[in-house]
Amino acid sequence: MSVSLRSMTKDQKGVVVSVNVSGELGRRIRDMGLIPGTEFRIVGRAPLKDPVALRMKGFTLTLRNNEADFITVKVEE
Amino acid sequence: MSDKFFVAVSGQPNCGKSTMFNALTGSTARVGNYPGITVDRTEGNYTKDGVSIRLVDLPGTYSLTSYSMEEVVARNVIVDEKPDVVINMLDATSLERSLYLAVQFMEIGVPVVLGLNMMDEVKKKGIRIDSKKLSKLMGVPVIECVARRGLGTDELMQAVQQVADKTKGKWTPVNISYGHDLDPAIEEMTALIKENEFMTDRYDPHWLAVKYLEEDEIVIKNGRKAGALAEQLQAIVKRVSDHVQKTLNTYPEAILADYRYGFINSILKQGVISREDNLRFDFSDKVDTVLTHRFLGPIIMIGAMYAMFYVTFTFGAYPQGWVEDAFGWLSSTVSAVLPDGLLKSMLVSGVIDGVGAVMGFTPLILIMFAMLVFLEDLGYMARVAYMVDRVFRMFGLHGMSIMPFIMAGGLPGGCAVPAVMTCRTLRSPKERIATILTAPFMICGAKATAYIMLVSAFYPESATSVMFFLVLISWALALCVGRLLRWTALRGESTPFVMELPPYRLPTIHGVAIHTWDRVWQYIKKAGTVILAISILMWALMTFPQLTAERVDDYEAQRAQVTVESKNWDGSEYQKQVQLDKKLSVIDYSKGEEALKTSYAGRMSNAISPVTNLAGFPWQANISFIGAFAAKEVFVSTMSTAYSLGEEDPDDATTLSQKIAADPAWTPAVIWSVFIFMLVYVPCMVTVAVIIRETNWKWGLFSVFGSLGFGYSLSVLIYQVGTLLGY
Repeated sequence: MSVSLRSMTKDQKGVVVSVNVSGELGRRIRDMGLIPGTEFRIVGRAPLKDPVALRMKGFTLTLRNNEADFITVKVEE
Repeated sequence: MSDKFFVAVSGQPNCGKSTMFNALTGSTARVGNYPGITVDRTEGNYTKDGVSIRLVDLPGTYSLTSYSMEEVVARNVIVDEKPDVVINMLDATSLERSLYLAVQFMEIGVPVVLGLNMMDEVKKKGIRIDSKKLSKLMGVPVIECVARRGLGTDELMQAVQQVADKTKGKWTPVNISYGHDLDPAIEEMTALIKENEFMTDRYDPHWLAVKYLEEDEIVIKNGRKAGALAEQLQAIVKRVSDHVQKTLNTYPEAILADYRYGFINSILKQGVISREDNLRFDFSDKVDTVLTHRFLGPIIMIGAMYAMFYVTFTFGAYPQGWVEDAFGWLSSTVSAVLPDGLLKSMLVSGVIDGVGAVMGFTPLILIMFAMLVFLEDLGYMARVAYMVDRVFRMFGLHGMSIMPFIMAGGLPGGCAVPAVMTCRTLRSPKERIATILTAPFMICGAKATAYIMLVSAFYPESATSVMFFLVLISWALALCVGRLLRWTALRGESTPFVMELPPYRLPTIHGVAIHTWDRVWQYIKKAGTVILAISILMWALMTFPQLTAERVDDYEAQRAQVTVESKNWDGSEYQKQVQLDKKLSVIDYSKGEEALKTSYAGRMSNAISPVTNLAGFPWQANISFIGAFAAKEVFVSTMSTAYSLGEEDPDDATTLSQKIAADPAWTPAVIWSVFIFMLVYVPCMVTVAVIIRETNWKWGLFSVFGSLGFGYSLSVLIYQVGTLLGY
């Protein structure tokens, strides 16, 4: 089942299904390598629960919750 | 035929590109700016065995699209300056993403040499990378290196020479397949571009077609100017775009990115890399569980900031003292050598004191920057931005805006000058300008002296809580004005916070030293020249027109009279002398006060008094505010002159405080009107000079007049409402 990246909790793993945004934000997300098929794991959230930090492709990426909204993922149990 | 090649060093942020650049160029690097933008341009030479190669350090970018300044700059250098070779440094610990930039260089066609950096970390992690195979599959030389230890520099430069000798300036773009949806369109567009020779002098036709599909803003803009074919190309893009939207629910640029990563993966999967779990929790993540912890994180952050502050102002005070002593010595030497007169007054009060005040900050800036560069290179600043982003976003700013705020005096005692310079770390121009304009509201060291003087005069009982309250107000005003600016003059979407948290890496001393020195030198050079001009101007305003000969004679007569009278006073010779000195100094200060009131600054103060009366400023404050534009410290010394005290010593604020406290003009409404005006009214001239340098004249003027207007409105409001309520 596909959900929004926002709804994931710490230490959950997932795979990107789609990135539904174009323009600058979409390009930035893709430039960083967050494209469909990418595996990642939530490594933490900032003190106010936003932004969120992901571990993927050998590095750690952060993005805001309202940016995570554009990314649908499949959560791995 | 000389052996001189032109080589660009490029790479993604945090890949060790600058470390390698420094290792290659040694101490030959020069920093300048790209024309018209504040992005640094570092150039240097590599010389070995009679070969000399000119290198330019491109700004760190993740890709070559045309959104951020850095990306545009990096691409323009490639397209317009046509380097013989591009050295693309890769972070071997995250190879897949690193190759994304490399692929884009290959698509443009510029000859590339890949520097596979951080091989030591890779080996430590137990990952094996077959660089020979990678080189064969990519079709470019791949050199393993460890930039921090300078390993691989010679091999890298040998490869550069070989590539340059072989290609001889000829570019061969690599064409990747983008799938059956896009390839036919790209072919069609390429054919049209070739046929019409559409911008082919600048770009490769295939690359141009791909950029059209990516809807690259700059290419499209240039295309419109270049000819009618632009419309036809855009029509094709529209058609393809609609098609993939309908059939695949995606965008052409997303497909392009997918295929590029697909191309990279197809190479990596042919036995180039064997690695463990990508998502492995590593050392940096462990550190982050503490440093970005919900409760501990913010506490550690505040502790670190406080420590930086403490170090800067405690240890910085010594070298600051030396610099000030040196200028003091220069000032007294010049005074002794030159005869009294305007030239001496200008050199001493205008040039030496003015420039000296600015140079006195240099050690502080050096120390603060060194620590900041260290924290930045260490990777901690990215964590700070990550932790505070949520709060700053509510005010239309970016997480990265916190650093300038703190430095400017978010904890009282900072300085807006380095703060404005730190704003370079902000990528979006709008958020950057909003931060630059609001950071000077903080209570810098100079404002702090004025507040200490005033607060101890009016609130001797509760000085600490009043100071603390003022700090809170400065934050609130800065954040709210930031919000206001982002709703009005700087309206626009917030920049995405899609940011890498780089692994913690201990910076090299060499790297920290180079970065720090670059910034400090720019401060000395550029700010110094503007300051010199403004110092002389301020000196002239407070010196001319001078008292008429008649008035000077008057005071001379008074002095003579007192001296004669003193002969007949009672008491011992010593007592007489003491009393005489006291009387003479009273006369001198009346003369000083009259001179100040007669000068252009005094007349300006007089002329604006109908306006400032609305805000209730006493005339002494009025004139002090004018002087304090030069440097906020001047507020205290001008007040002291204006209050004609026996001893004009800005450090000895207590007696002045008593005098001010005794002046009935200072009602609570006036006090707070002055307090708030002081907080906001105008950045000091050094800061304005730096704002102009970092942005342009327009924003410099906006900063001066915008804050002046804003501060004035607040003060009038406070004074009028306060007076109405009977305070």
